[in-house]
Amino acid sequence: MPADTLTAGRTPATHAPGSGSLQRFARRRSTIAFLMTLPLLAVIVGLVAYPAGYGIYLSTLNRTMVRNIGFGNYEILFDTDTFWSVAWQSCIFAITAVLLKALIGFWLAHMLHHIPAKGQRKWRGMLLVPWVIPPALSTLGWWWMFDPTYSSINYVLSIFAVPAVPWLGEPIWARIAVIMVNVWYGAPFFMIMYLAAIKSVPEQLYEAAAIDGANGWQRLRYVTLPMMANIISITVLFSLIVTFANYDIVRVLTNGGPRDLTHVFASYAFQVGILSGNIPRGAAVSLFMLPILAVCAFFVLRGVTRRNKEQM
Amino acid sequence: MAQVSLRKLVKAYEGNVQAVKGIDLEIADHEFVVLVGPSGCGKSTTLRMIAGLEEITGGDVAIGGTVVNDIPPRDRDIAMVFQNYALYPHMSVFENMAFGLTLRKFPKDEIKRRVDNAARILDIVPLLERKPKALSGGQRQRVAMGRAIVRDPKVFLFDEPLSNLDAKLRVQMRTEIKKVHQTVRTTTVYVTHDQVEAMTLADRVVVMNHGVIEQVGPPQELYHHPATRFVAGFIGSPAMNFIPGRLEGDAHGLRLVLGSGVILPVPPERTARYAPHAARPVLLGIRPEHLTDKKPTDKRNIADFPATPEVIEPMGMETLVHFRIDGHEISARLDPACPVAVGEPITLAADMDQMHIIDPETDKVL
Repeated sequence: MPADTLTAGRTPATHAPGSGSLQRFARRRSTIAFLMTLPLLAVIVGLVAYPAGYGIYLSTLNRTMVRNIGFGNYEILFDTDTFWSVAWQSCIFAITAVLLKALIGFWLAHMLHHIPAKGQRKWRGMLLVPWVIPPALSTLGWWWMFDPTYSSINYVLSIFAVPAVPWLGEPIWARIAVIMVNVWYGAPFFMIMYLAAIKSVPEQLYEAAAIDGANGWQRLRYVTLPMMANIISITVLFSLIVTFANYDIVRVLTNGGPRDLTHVFASYAFQVGILSGNIPRGAAVSLFMLPILAVCAFFVLRGVTRRNKEQM
Repeated sequence: MAQVSLRKLVKAYEGNVQAVKGIDLEIADHEFVVLVGPSGCGKSTTLRMIAGLEEITGGDVAIGGTVVNDIPPRDRDIAMVFQNYALYPHMSVFENMAFGLTLRKFPKDEIKRRVDNAARILDIVPLLERKPKALSGGQRQRVAMGRAIVRDPKVFLFDEPLSNLDAKLRVQMRTEIKKVHQTVRTTTVYVTHDQVEAMTLADRVVVMNHGVIEQVGPPQELYHHPATRFVAGFIGSPAMNFIPGRLEGDAHGLRLVLGSGVILPVPPERTARYAPHAARPVLLGIRPEHLTDKKPTDKRNIADFPATPEVIEPMGMETLVHFRIDGHEISARLDPACPVAVGEPITLAADMDQMHIIDPETDKVL
């Protein structure tokens, strides 16, 4: 019997060595895992990697897109005052807006967390409304409210004897208006993320801190914020990327004006690439922030991984 | 001076549900008091009211003679060890232990001295730089205790600190806690549902049930002289057996007649105590360790007790035998050398000097 078994066991290998190793390869866990992730990889390659690669390729072409000029488009952009103005405005817009969204979002989350569960749902729903309305539509509403003739905001200010503000007519007010709308739209996202993070902090840590002698501010400083560090980092990073790439608010509200002083990279890229017909230079504009954001993302995600390893 | 006084302490929740129903308790300076009872008996709520983590509905909590009802936890000079440790995951062991002192703006060298001292007591010196994630359950519990010790507070509060540990570690940590108390002598209030922990650790045990204190006393007193049926059944493992019966008396003394016809003579020295209850239904309470195999003894008042084992549990140092009388499950603790078999009748020896008679109407031990 043992001899038979041995023979029987050896037979397939003797007859078809190639098919055996192919079967083994197909049965390997890593092969199966790869095959199962293939649809997702295809989507990522098709919708992220290809457009990104094509964008980089486009940015190296000349205006007629027939000749490769290397970094020529970037060199021209770096010599343009408008580009540096857009870069400066994009940084002010993104950093201020993200900072305000984070602060307001945290404040709202903190307030909501202390409302009893029943009322909390109602408030949470209401506060999420700005985030669920399509931004192009809500920005149109804001545009009406900023309108020099019919501005409802100016009307309210006039009640308190404050003179009318030229919201979209003067660069400084236009910049503030653009940031205000972005904050109004984005703060609920921060709120909901921070609320989830605050709720996940174990109540006993607060109790332990209270007994250790921490007052309200110290509990926030030494318990809440460190426990939320990962969510704060990821939310800020995500929002920074999205805000740098923001297009619709600027496009609807100011269209980059007055005097191109409210343009951000996306709206300027659209103006240069589509409206002025220089697609390669438009691609160069839109790719300008990529290396800076990539470095930011690297450090933020490294911090998240480190904290995860240490604490979770 | 760090005595703790609870006076008519009440905790009521919405809908007038009372978790603690007006308890009075005096805990002396340096004393180790254990609050024990089943889930929902109000022991943790009581501890949290002492800590200031739970609002007091009625009555007073006083620490060191000062009523602290309206004083926030941080100003009560207490330290608490939680069931799930409640260590700050983003801080190292040193930072966790030093946190309370840092907030109180202690000088750095004093903080280091105190943390090092506590770490030595708890044998966690090599762990000081680690984060809580890198510690085992037992080590985390030591750090939680260290955090309490460094503060040198008036009172230590322990809220079921060993519940998350495995059985072996629990026994080891129990000894550690006792050692620490013998070293630092801080007044301690300890909450547990485990009566073995209560018995082994406490100077005095407070047995709670349904928001009231059933009995307060040293462990041995609770074991030998329980005041109520609840305490009698809660203290001791395996639990005390309760068998319904009737006290009957004649010229020769009192007898306890059980439903199954088993007759047990009442020791003569207890006759006067039980005489008023003669001819009335009572409950016999006898611990498994007082229902043993028959062997020659000098003890008086040993009565025969027939049993037919249904389940036999050999434990090594003893054998637990389970049987029924009138449908009531009874356990007995036998010598492992005693030959027993399921279904084969045996005669056990009941130590009547150790039995308790309970009034079934009031549940009080007579």
